[in-house]
Amino acid sequence: MNSLYYQKRLSRNIGDKFFTSLSVICALIAILPLIFLVTYILIKGGSQITPELFTLEPNPPGDDLDAGGINPALIGTLIITTIASIIAIPVGVGGGIYLAEYSRGGAFSRFIRFGVNVLAGVPSIIAGVFIYALIVSTKILFGSMYSGLAGGMALSILMLPTVIKTTDEGLKLVPSELRYASLGVGASMYTTILKVTLPSAFRSIATGVVLGIARAAGETAPLIFTALFSYYYIVGFEDLFYEMGSLAVLIYNFALEPYDAQNKLAWAASFILVLSILSVNIFSRILAAFTEKTKRI
Amino acid sequence: MEEKLTLFKNRKRFGIEKNIDIIFKNTALVLSSFVAIILLGIILVVFFQSFESFSRYGLKFLVTSEWNPVKDEYGAFTAIYGTLVTSFLSLLITIPLGVGTAIFITEDFVPKVVREIIGSFVELLAAIPSVVLGLWAIFVMEPFFRAFFVFLHNFFGWIPLFSTEPTGRNSFLAILILVVMLLPIVTSIARDTLNQVPKKLRNAAYGIGASRWKTIFSVILPAALSGIMAGVLLALGRAMGETMAVTMIIGNSNTFSWSLLSPGYTISSMLANQFGEADGSQVSSLFYAAFVLMILSLVVNIFAQWLVKKFSLKY
Repeated sequence: MNSLYYQKRLSRNIGDKFFTSLSVICALIAILPLIFLVTYILIKGGSQITPELFTLEPNPPGDDLDAGGINPALIGTLIITTIASIIAIPVGVGGGIYLAEYSRGGAFSRFIRFGVNVLAGVPSIIAGVFIYALIVSTKILFGSMYSGLAGGMALSILMLPTVIKTTDEGLKLVPSELRYASLGVGASMYTTILKVTLPSAFRSIATGVVLGIARAAGETAPLIFTALFSYYYIVGFEDLFYEMGSLAVLIYNFALEPYDAQNKLAWAASFILVLSILSVNIFSRILAAFTEKTKRI
Repeated sequence: MEEKLTLFKNRKRFGIEKNIDIIFKNTALVLSSFVAIILLGIILVVFFQSFESFSRYGLKFLVTSEWNPVKDEYGAFTAIYGTLVTSFLSLLITIPLGVGTAIFITEDFVPKVVREIIGSFVELLAAIPSVVLGLWAIFVMEPFFRAFFVFLHNFFGWIPLFSTEPTGRNSFLAILILVVMLLPIVTSIARDTLNQVPKKLRNAAYGIGASRWKTIFSVILPAALSGIMAGVLLALGRAMGETMAVTMIIGNSNTFSWSLLSPGYTISSMLANQFGEADGSQVSSLFYAAFVLMILSLVVNIFAQWLVKKFSLKY
């Protein structure tokens, strides 16, 4: 009669309890430091935020008590990420269109898809090394060495696989009936792609691309010897061809300074970087969830 | 009759439109081949730049740890050893934690809402830039673990891994920060694979009287093994190439030591530290090191892709 009830002392039930608590402990160990990390960055960095931070140049490290602001780095990050997007988005979307719309699963497209995955796994510092060898050391860009332009190019290599992948996958989700209908009424292939399939996949592609941009904005390794760093305001177009600061490199440089003022600036910069990256991520997540819900109806 | 024919003639597509169509297709083709060009370009450029160093030091570069720009002698053993040790040991800690967490959020121990919040929180953490993690490691983690390292050295100092007096930044901290970086990757991939295991497998196991964990260990984990393995390999590739957080916390010393409590080096931190100021044959040697790193991560990545293709879930 007893065997019909749950028996606590049965070895299998004890074992189950043991492993359940083990997995709870795993989850706790995994999540607690992460929560700690985010709150620490937000509190420590958030307390350093002042209006001057956004308008001033950083002072060169020294015994100065006032470290200045991060204006050049903030603008630099925006410019470098924009350059990277201008290169990576057309190339990536075009490549994704070819893979999803034109290729028929032959050897070429399989090779390209494989290449996309491999390129996504290339360490980010290698992209920097590559651009250094190709552009910085050869001074191919009108004789300038370290430049914001070179930094943007290095970042675009990291963005490219993400953009191609999201375009490819987004287009593949578009029902084929739409394509047949468009081709059936006599539209050419490029009209079909530009007017029918791309617009209907727009939201999923845009979400992926924005996430890719957000990731690129925080990359440091490709920038430390392509864009280098600069303490000065970005004033004109020709500044593209000179060293350019960025938030990520500012954090790296100032975290290793022995001075407290510079360290505080690094915390403030990470607050801005983390807050913007996290809000982009959360926003696109909500958008994606929303699209999924509307699609189901 | 005549009229009808002209109607059909007018309905023919204009030559210009046909050309646009062809141009559009070929542009897309060229753009997609950019990926291959860039990939081959990276491999070729790094290889040719390292050629000078390669022909001078050969494979000896991989096993000696002299790095002396003054005497023009280069060997990357310390960095290669550091790369392998930090990535493998961090993975060793990450795998049980990540898979355990993934099991926790795929089983129904807590309500679904809580699990989803935990899951998306873990994924959000993958988005935090590694340079910020490095900053956090320097100012929060290092002071926090200092006492623990002293304890390790005092009680386990007889093990070569803990044989040096802990002084600030060291390889152990690099391993720990890598664990924080890899956890989101392993957890989210393991979770996705576990979710893909069909429900009927679980129900069948429950039906013949298996307990929950018997089911997990003998049915669900084996079915998800290939996906988890692929995720682990991707994380390994990431760990080997990870630069910023490791560079900031590992201490950057080229002196070889077995001890995890002494400052170390990895290939990527060597590149980050020296590339800006290097000249002459040092540049070539750095390219050689970069080439080694690239080959390591390529091999791991290609193996991961092969594994996914070969053993993807067949249910």
